[in-house]
Amino acid sequence: MKVVNEVNWMIGGPQGTGVDSSANLFSQACASAGLWVFGKREYHSNIKGKHSYFQVRVSDKPIHSHVDDVHILATFEDSTARLHAHEVVKGGALIYDPTKITLDDLNLKSGVITLPIDFNSVIRHVAEVTGMEYGTLSLMKNTIAVAASMALLRMDISNMEETLARMYTGRKAKLVAPNVAASKKAYEAVDALPDEMHDQFPYHLEPQKNTPKRLLINGAQANSLGKLKAGCRYQTYYPISPATDESNFLESHPEYGIAVVQCEDEIAAIDMALGAATTGVRASTATSGPGFCLMAEGLGWGGMNEVPIVLFDYQRGGPSTGLPTRHEQGDLMFAAFGGHGEYPRLVMAPATINDHFHLAFESFNYADKFQTPVIILNDKFLTHSLETISPFKENSLVIDRGRLATQPELEAAIADGKGFPRFRPDPKTVLSPRPYPGQEGSPYWMTGDEHDDYGHITENPENRRKMHEKRMAKYRLMLEQIPEDRQFSFHGDPNADITLVCWGSTFGALEDALPLLKERGINANFLHLRMLNPFPISAEKFLRKAKKLVMVENNWGTQLGHLIRMSTGIFIPAQIVKYTGRPMSLNEILDSVEKIHKKQVAPEMDPLTGQSIEKVVLTYGL
Amino acid sequence: MVSKLQTPLTVTAYKSDVHNDWCPGCGDFGILQAIQQSCAELALPPWETMVFAGIGCSGKVFNYMASHGVHTLHGRVLPFAVGAKIANPDLEVVAVGGDGDGYGIGAGHFVHAGRRNVDMAYIVMTNEVYGLTKGQASPTLGRGQQTKSLPLPNTNDAIQPLALALSSGYTWIGRSYAFDGRHLKEMIKKAIEHKGMALLDVLQPCPTFNDLHTAEWFNKKVKVEGETNMVSRIFNVNEVGHDGSVKDPTNLDEVTDKQKKAFEMAHHHGERIPVGVFYEIKLPTYTERMQAQAPMLKKYSPARIPYEDASHLPTTDLSKTYEEFLF
Repeated sequence: MKVVNEVNWMIGGPQGTGVDSSANLFSQACASAGLWVFGKREYHSNIKGKHSYFQVRVSDKPIHSHVDDVHILATFEDSTARLHAHEVVKGGALIYDPTKITLDDLNLKSGVITLPIDFNSVIRHVAEVTGMEYGTLSLMKNTIAVAASMALLRMDISNMEETLARMYTGRKAKLVAPNVAASKKAYEAVDALPDEMHDQFPYHLEPQKNTPKRLLINGAQANSLGKLKAGCRYQTYYPISPATDESNFLESHPEYGIAVVQCEDEIAAIDMALGAATTGVRASTATSGPGFCLMAEGLGWGGMNEVPIVLFDYQRGGPSTGLPTRHEQGDLMFAAFGGHGEYPRLVMAPATINDHFHLAFESFNYADKFQTPVIILNDKFLTHSLETISPFKENSLVIDRGRLATQPELEAAIADGKGFPRFRPDPKTVLSPRPYPGQEGSPYWMTGDEHDDYGHITENPENRRKMHEKRMAKYRLMLEQIPEDRQFSFHGDPNADITLVCWGSTFGALEDALPLLKERGINANFLHLRMLNPFPISAEKFLRKAKKLVMVENNWGTQLGHLIRMSTGIFIPAQIVKYTGRPMSLNEILDSVEKIHKKQVAPEMDPLTGQSIEKVVLTYGL
Repeated sequence: MVSKLQTPLTVTAYKSDVHNDWCPGCGDFGILQAIQQSCAELALPPWETMVFAGIGCSGKVFNYMASHGVHTLHGRVLPFAVGAKIANPDLEVVAVGGDGDGYGIGAGHFVHAGRRNVDMAYIVMTNEVYGLTKGQASPTLGRGQQTKSLPLPNTNDAIQPLALALSSGYTWIGRSYAFDGRHLKEMIKKAIEHKGMALLDVLQPCPTFNDLHTAEWFNKKVKVEGETNMVSRIFNVNEVGHDGSVKDPTNLDEVTDKQKKAFEMAHHHGERIPVGVFYEIKLPTYTERMQAQAPMLKKYSPARIPYEDASHLPTTDLSKTYEEFLF
């Protein structure tokens, strides 16, 4: 039985040995063959030596999640084979170096095809034909593993050769020839194996013809492009995983004129972005958990002074330094409530890699429109996941800078001589006009202290009430003015038996799961909340109508579940959670929903609520 | 480029109508007055001038100015001010704060602001105490000294801000005294006019909490070895032969020599207190460094790069960058 275009390929190795580049090479070769790709990357908080791996799922249909079954495990040293051999399915294949491991040491399923490759002899061959030194070519083991995989998958080598030429340009162009020679040699060796061997391996990839061009992109890149499109021209950051990729990407594109400032700490990062924003530039900062905590004070200042600013929090495993390079959806409560006192902040999270672009774009409009901080909750999973997506739809994008000061208003301020009434609430729209320094008539005052219409400090109780109510009224404006389809989305049969409730990056696995659950006889739908604070109360109707609600979250306590209870009174006892630092796979979603559907989950007491809950804790993945 | 008014305004134009609630006799009055006079004499358009302030008594300067006034967070005045200046170098940005604010809670920012050499002035009002929280020791109070509110003498050594600024890369370093109006004003003007990051440390009495270093103490004549007559405590280093101005920034011998002299002067011992310009060098500003890497910034400041058309459609063309990802 042939399985065409449904392959999950994995490569692994010590960090610093080119695992990433080989996964990029494999993904790009598949993408250029018109196939859809979803790649997930796992790595340690370490530079050299510790185990990392990258799995790439390939299909001829769009895919948005990763799966656990491995069809090809490509290895070139011993650790990866030892750690992942058990994940290869029957009929799958292991590519390995017989000089490094003996198969008896591995926990392989029966029926796994084993393909020994003498990596060193291939490299010796390359050294001979190119005249390069053997020692400089050791990193090519990855390329050899990829080429061997391509031969097993019966994919033409030409896609890979083209990809190599595209990957290595400029200073690295000299790497093309040896890599091509190595891949040819490895490909030919595997290709020349007897037909019986090839016939045992059912997984094939077939290039798709005349497919439209697609982007092969990760979350950090998509996010950065959305920011540039929105006109963001000021980015601050302090190095932190996994947020730094975004700032690095922006800095590597000086042609857009964006000022990317590496700060001394995250306190400076948020405050510098705020200072920049007061001049009218669209400004943002990107960070992860520990840095986000340091920004709490600055965000409050932004809320008090009605400064449009966007903070991108690339969530990772917490608390404290936690799991610096692993995934978690653990910052929701902090984003919604962190900080002293009350101020309005809009919290949203992108659903997909495509959505990273669109939400990043929109977030600057929302910050300007509501004149308050916006927090976007990205996460490690999609930040580093590679996906083929259709090019971003740009034709509906519009810039909205919100309520800016008009010329007559500036002239009135000059005539008045008291400064610009920057904070005077508009009786109808609540919001006040915002002038920029540089405009004649613009001067006004900003302070974290309570202040009057002009920004002068006052502790007058009536003024306090007026200003506090004005700021907090922005929550109502957000609910009214952010389109409902940007607040949340509902997917699947409205009358389904199970309604899964999620936010952020679990979207992809649930989207892919619905039709597969149907195959298992389970009719499920899902509600995805994109806007998380203020709570999108119009989504309540879907919660009320649901026959059985199940929370799906990458954290321990279902943080969104608590927000739902807080805002609607609805308590959701069925929970699928994962807090190992790894994202939820499609397999895990399917199995856990089935478990809940079949009532196979033993009830337990929830210490946060005292209620009985049915909690499935997912654990898969190294 | 920061623009200048064709017709200068009077000093009143830089004074807001907010009631001033500093304690009578506070050194802050002198500093505020000198800032306002400097703005008038430099003909700065108030609407293009942003005065950022920290938290504490000194922080209230923001509200008494009739330019843009920004009251930031405790210790954070520099990141806010630096952010604004990088975003729009056409604005005149001045940062003001106390010694607790800048050398204590804000010390990390103080150091790194020097490394960037953003073209702005930072005026620190140094009175050795945390005034607004009722007189605790600030980082400039010497060890063993006991000002009015301290239950016991100070256990920490004082930092030397001018030497710290020197080590951090500030390209203009000076000191003045709050009640020497003429010198202070000239120093503020120099700090503002300097192209790069300027630190002006201004000594001032706190009449309420610093009972050691009062206005009388600053004005007192002191006895110096080798001099028959009593001399003023405060002396201008530039009037006694100290020239801290680097003529050729590429001449490392000269740079080291001027830095050594400035460092020694910053650590001046004895009864007398030196004021004046301690060190000065011309190096590329942060904006110039950015412009060298991103030519678009020569044409526009980050705050003024166009990115939308008249109907608010985004105009940033990403197609070149998309090519990196298209398959």
